[in-house]
Amino acid sequence: MKRDNRIVWINRLLLPLLNILTAFAVTAVLFWIIDVNPMEAAEVLLYGAFGYEEGIGYTIYYATNFIFTGLAVAVAFHAGLFNIGGEGQAYVGGLGAGLAILMLDPTLGAWVFIPASIIGALIFGGLWALIPAYLQAYRGSHIVITTIMFNFLAASFMVYLMVHVLRDTGQMTPQSELFPTNSWMPFMHDVAAGLGYSIEASPLNLSILLALVCAVLVWFFLWQTRWGFAIRATGKNGSAALYAGINPKHIIIVVMCISGALAGLVSINELVGYQHRLIMDFHLGYGFGGIAVALMGRNHPLGIILAALLFGTLYQGGAELAFEMSNISRDIVVVMQGLVILFCGALDYMYRPWLIRHLAPVPKQEELSGVAI
Amino acid sequence: MKLNKITIAIAAGAVALSATIAQADVKPAVVYDKAGKFDKSFNEAVWNGVKRFTADTGISVREVEPTNEAQVEQGLKKLAKRGNSPIVAVGFSSANALSAAAQAYPDTKFTLIDMVVPEANVQNVVFKEHEGSFLVGALAALKSETGTIGFVGGMDIPLISRFGCGYEQGAKHINANITVLQKMTGSTPAAWGNPSKGGEITRSQIEAGADVIFAAAGGTGMGVYQAAADAGKLAIGVDSNQNHLQPGTMLTSMVKRVGVAAYKSYADAKDGTWSAGVTAMGLAEGGVDWALDEHNRSLVTADMETKVNAIKASIIAGDIAVHDYMSDNTCNY
Repeated sequence: MKRDNRIVWINRLLLPLLNILTAFAVTAVLFWIIDVNPMEAAEVLLYGAFGYEEGIGYTIYYATNFIFTGLAVAVAFHAGLFNIGGEGQAYVGGLGAGLAILMLDPTLGAWVFIPASIIGALIFGGLWALIPAYLQAYRGSHIVITTIMFNFLAASFMVYLMVHVLRDTGQMTPQSELFPTNSWMPFMHDVAAGLGYSIEASPLNLSILLALVCAVLVWFFLWQTRWGFAIRATGKNGSAALYAGINPKHIIIVVMCISGALAGLVSINELVGYQHRLIMDFHLGYGFGGIAVALMGRNHPLGIILAALLFGTLYQGGAELAFEMSNISRDIVVVMQGLVILFCGALDYMYRPWLIRHLAPVPKQEELSGVAI
Repeated sequence: MKLNKITIAIAAGAVALSATIAQADVKPAVVYDKAGKFDKSFNEAVWNGVKRFTADTGISVREVEPTNEAQVEQGLKKLAKRGNSPIVAVGFSSANALSAAAQAYPDTKFTLIDMVVPEANVQNVVFKEHEGSFLVGALAALKSETGTIGFVGGMDIPLISRFGCGYEQGAKHINANITVLQKMTGSTPAAWGNPSKGGEITRSQIEAGADVIFAAAGGTGMGVYQAAADAGKLAIGVDSNQNHLQPGTMLTSMVKRVGVAAYKSYADAKDGTWSAGVTAMGLAEGGVDWALDEHNRSLVTADMETKVNAIKASIIAGDIAVHDYMSDNTCNY
């Protein structure tokens, strides 16, 4: 294999795998310290995530959220923008989806409700990202600062609406009334039952298909269209892109709107697919988790799907672990996720120099000169 | 009439249910809310009840600490599936999940603390926080020298306004001209865990003349008690007996015995007397109370103690009617 190819494989496959294994190794030590047999814990975790139909359902259900936010982060990242406002965009996207459903006539069919809620989530999520995008493009405010601020604005805005405007009467929890049943995104177990198969009930719903379609669309958009090329060019070298006639202001606006819209779709899985009402904090953790997913997935849709599956596994398997083992608290599960993020995100290239030296060494000078002769 | 029939049906169902399971072993379990069991306040009070049950009976209680909304329902259903009963769910935010779980497992006993879910196999325990707050408000007014007292709420929801409204009524009962400063920490759940902001609000209330401040704000209260202690003013704790947190400057605590509710659910199930329905625990039932122990003994004179206990007796007897904010979402009394 050529050296360049080997480096690509090291970056794309070997490094993420090694990083994950390191994170697991450190977790194993941690478990061993608190008197938990690491092998037993791994067994419980994997069984919880993949051992039975309901567990698999939960794993994929969590992964669906991470695919949406991972794609959102990745799209912005290709233009050199760091969108850490996924939390807020997902939250406000939920408002779009919820309003679309609550304002329509409840007797309408699912074929009206579901597209309407998806469009609502896309528009609201996108618009919530548009303001920071505008500020970055035309006023020079840094996108990292504005998007993170917008997370707080979104939280206050949504709480205000849910406490004072949309609240279901007679409920202590700030939440909207239940969506009409024909607006619910069908559960996977219901769909399977309709096709004559029987699977255990879980929150898994058809939103996963929407997530996969989005992954394909993002891939097509970024790598097969002019716009995608312009975005990637801007991300690689802004000045060169500008010189080539690409308007970076337009790129920022378009990219951020797409990114926000993708994050907004989290609400389709969470609200339209499972909770069936507008609730508080359904988005918590997924926006930030999406950053780790995008990093680990190397900003490629395929990588993001795999990384999202890993995070779904950690969420569901971790919950199972905390449930089954009394001396593992939910905080240990968070530590475990944190270690994965630490090694895959922050210490991403720790092994790189070592791997390159051993697996793809720079050809020695004599060999080079030998070739030259 | 209709309501009566339903009540009778529920009662009959519950009797039938408890009769059949009277001899059975209990496999108690609890699902905390997303704040986690060591929140120094609400969940921890439940945990104390759970711990006490285990200590008294030797029966271990299965615990679940969910981290997101889906896990609350998942936890409840999984516990039910494994044959646990009764299962206690903590906090009003668990209501949707509990309702779903109760429908999926109609033979399992569920107890919901702080909220009502109308299912035939659910025991709902709610508290009359306004009554307890009335007592501590009266004590605050008795103790205040400036004629101004403060209230720091956590998240701005009707439940917390119920505390504030009861507190104000109690204070005005003693001194009709007293000024009650009221402020909520925030409008998001983060308001339950923001001690620095709690301290800030407290300092501004102290500057405005308040010399007793009641916090109904979960973890935010820690900042309130600290700020009051720093300024040499008094504070009132909430949910658990928090008098020991700042000995000498904690006037009292408005105790909400959520742990008792959990304990009672398990103990009743063990004795075969568990029943579904709604229980409102006020002063009369010992669900809420004010706390007097060695940490605040020196702050409360015998005269104050007598007066507060007299008010307590009047509320129990029905001579003083405390307006419940949540009955009409206003504090007009």
